[in-house]
Amino acid sequence: MVLKIFFPRCCNMADSGLLIGHWLPGQDSAVVLAVVHYPFIPGQVKRYLSQLQNESRVELAVLGSWSMPKEGQEGMESFLRDLSTIFPRGRWLQLSREMGKRGFTCQVVHRDGELPRGEGENCKGDNGDGGGVIFIHYDQRKSQPLFLTDKYDDGPLKLTHWQSEGREASIIVELAKQASVPLCLLLTWLLSLWTWLCSSRLLNLPPVRLVSSKLSTCVQLSYRTEHLQTVSSPKRALGHAEFMRKANIFVSFFVDVALGLLLISWLYRENRISRLANTLVPVADRVAKELQELLQWLMGAPAGFKMNRALDEVLGRFFLYHIHLWISYIHLMSPFIESLLWYMGLCACLGLTFALSVLSDIVALLTFHIYCFYVYGARLYCLKIYGLSSLWRLFRGKKWNVLRQRVDSCSYDLDQLFIGTLLFTILLFLLPTTALYYLVFTLLRLVVVLFQGLIHLSVDFINSFPLFAMGLRLCRPYRLAEGVKFRVLCEEPGKPLHLLMEINPLQYGSVLQWYRTPTYNCYPKDSWAALCKKLFVGELVYPWRQKGTKTD
Amino acid sequence: MADDEKFTDINGKVIFLACQNHSSFCREFTVSAPKVSLRHIMMYTCSVWLVAYIVFFLTENTAVLSGAIFVTLVGMLLHIHFVKIDHETLLIIGSLGVQVSSSYASGRESTTFIEMSKIKDIVINEAIYMQRVIYYLCILLKDPSDPDTLSSVVPLFQSSKPRLNCLVKVYQSCQEILAQC
Repeated sequence: MVLKIFFPRCCNMADSGLLIGHWLPGQDSAVVLAVVHYPFIPGQVKRYLSQLQNESRVELAVLGSWSMPKEGQEGMESFLRDLSTIFPRGRWLQLSREMGKRGFTCQVVHRDGELPRGEGENCKGDNGDGGGVIFIHYDQRKSQPLFLTDKYDDGPLKLTHWQSEGREASIIVELAKQASVPLCLLLTWLLSLWTWLCSSRLLNLPPVRLVSSKLSTCVQLSYRTEHLQTVSSPKRALGHAEFMRKANIFVSFFVDVALGLLLISWLYRENRISRLANTLVPVADRVAKELQELLQWLMGAPAGFKMNRALDEVLGRFFLYHIHLWISYIHLMSPFIESLLWYMGLCACLGLTFALSVLSDIVALLTFHIYCFYVYGARLYCLKIYGLSSLWRLFRGKKWNVLRQRVDSCSYDLDQLFIGTLLFTILLFLLPTTALYYLVFTLLRLVVVLFQGLIHLSVDFINSFPLFAMGLRLCRPYRLAEGVKFRVLCEEPGKPLHLLMEINPLQYGSVLQWYRTPTYNCYPKDSWAALCKKLFVGELVYPWRQKGTKTD
Repeated sequence: MADDEKFTDINGKVIFLACQNHSSFCREFTVSAPKVSLRHIMMYTCSVWLVAYIVFFLTENTAVLSGAIFVTLVGMLLHIHFVKIDHETLLIIGSLGVQVSSSYASGRESTTFIEMSKIKDIVINEAIYMQRVIYYLCILLKDPSDPDTLSSVVPLFQSSKPRLNCLVKVYQSCQEILAQC
């Protein structure tokens, strides 16, 4: 077994003295934490160690001696060697440096046999005793419990150990810490008031719930409430993951609000709202006009196809009437649109995500007619497809058994077959007309869904992007460690191996993956194939949710 | 004790294996692939620029030319930063672990360290690659709580795929160290 000695880099140039640290049980390795300098009284060291051990709950021991050659301290070596009798231990390490050399030499003295084992000279060439020593130099980064008590230099002992580089912006941080507790309490109280308001009976009526679950602003609102509840809980974050989650939410909340305020400052200047409102109504009008023209085109002979005249006319008139209704509705609304926009724009001060959600909702409301057309077309088309498929089964002498959920064979009468053939012919010849209407309106609907999807994706991105973790990775890469990596430091003949242990920072991709705030799932759950199949069969896609399939 | 011997990878290109003996239980193997050849760069840039020039000739739009310059520059940067691996290093330290690192042509390094308690063995394995059978070195990992089962396999020298004679050399020295502890 190879003996591993973890040696802090700050103690490289320390004066001679004793090594303090602890043995890792079962791993044959020792971790050096500090060096006690030469003028000391052994009894004092023991008392000091037990005191530290009580305070920090880290098992501490005197590992061995450390000698750094200096002028006027020639007798030191033998003195330090004799110390091993004072501090009883299983093994006693004797580390020493020589002038002008980078490597250390190490001797291990066993208490029982008093035999030097694994000398520096031995572990290079022949390896007869099957052991050696590796020095692993490491940087102490995080303050261990041992170093929380910053009182080393006050006592009678002089030590070299790791020291923090001071706390950053400590006054501001302390003030913020003091202020955060009442702020959190206030926020929690406000949030509880808000949730109580939300859970009142009036808002939980079925129609209100249905509408609010479809409006992305409401979804975002509930989501933000949940986030703020997480952040403002006065309990301390228990683990690293929870802390990072809180910090990420906090930072993204602030960035979101800042972006929203920026948007407001841009929007409410130079009369931009009224200009926007003035363009919005003509645009909606224009869309309706274009739709009307499209319907007129469909009612004729689109692209040279000959449709069923009667059905074509019926469908076209139905949709035209719908558009007419829509246009009058828009005109009724137009005087109020500007003030409506003005008030809605105010919710951008809650954050950019809210502004985007409101935009998504406005788009959804303004293109409601397209959605209606799509639903009508899809229902009609779906009906025909189902009729055709069941009649196709009739030709093959089969039928769908509802009770057993399978296709059974069945013998039909002549009359049934006759009627079935007639119906099948009619449906088949009417199918192209319906399919055309369905196709056109589905394409229109898909354009709208694509636009809304883009907005939702950006909202989701702002909500879930781990800004704090990314910043931490950028500025303090050692705080987010994936593991360690080793580098061979120096090799001088006749010296044990020296390795440098460094922290291997987490890759950016895995930072994103680990610290992403989980959000409500706005991504489509269907695969592309499933989506295409749904479109082909005429089932409604987003945002209609079918009730779960009936199962017995 | 660094010795350079000529080895080839599975495609017949020359690669270099440097073997450094830091101590009896610590060895470092570096497999370096050949540098980016100037001919390839010239070929790619020339082809992109020729295509761009043809498009420019047809459309007379100068944005195409600047776009081509931009594309070649960004492509080259991405290539040396994310694709081209300059050398791969295997550092094996007895009773401590194995460190696998690969450094890209731009100087970026990605390193993983595997503890000795997780390592079951280092073996040479066979794999079907396109239409032939190749050999590769891999580390077998185990779960420390359940030492009999194999939890996963980490292939080594993935980008420069050395031939069997090179792998055998690395394998033998690795086994020497693994046997010690």
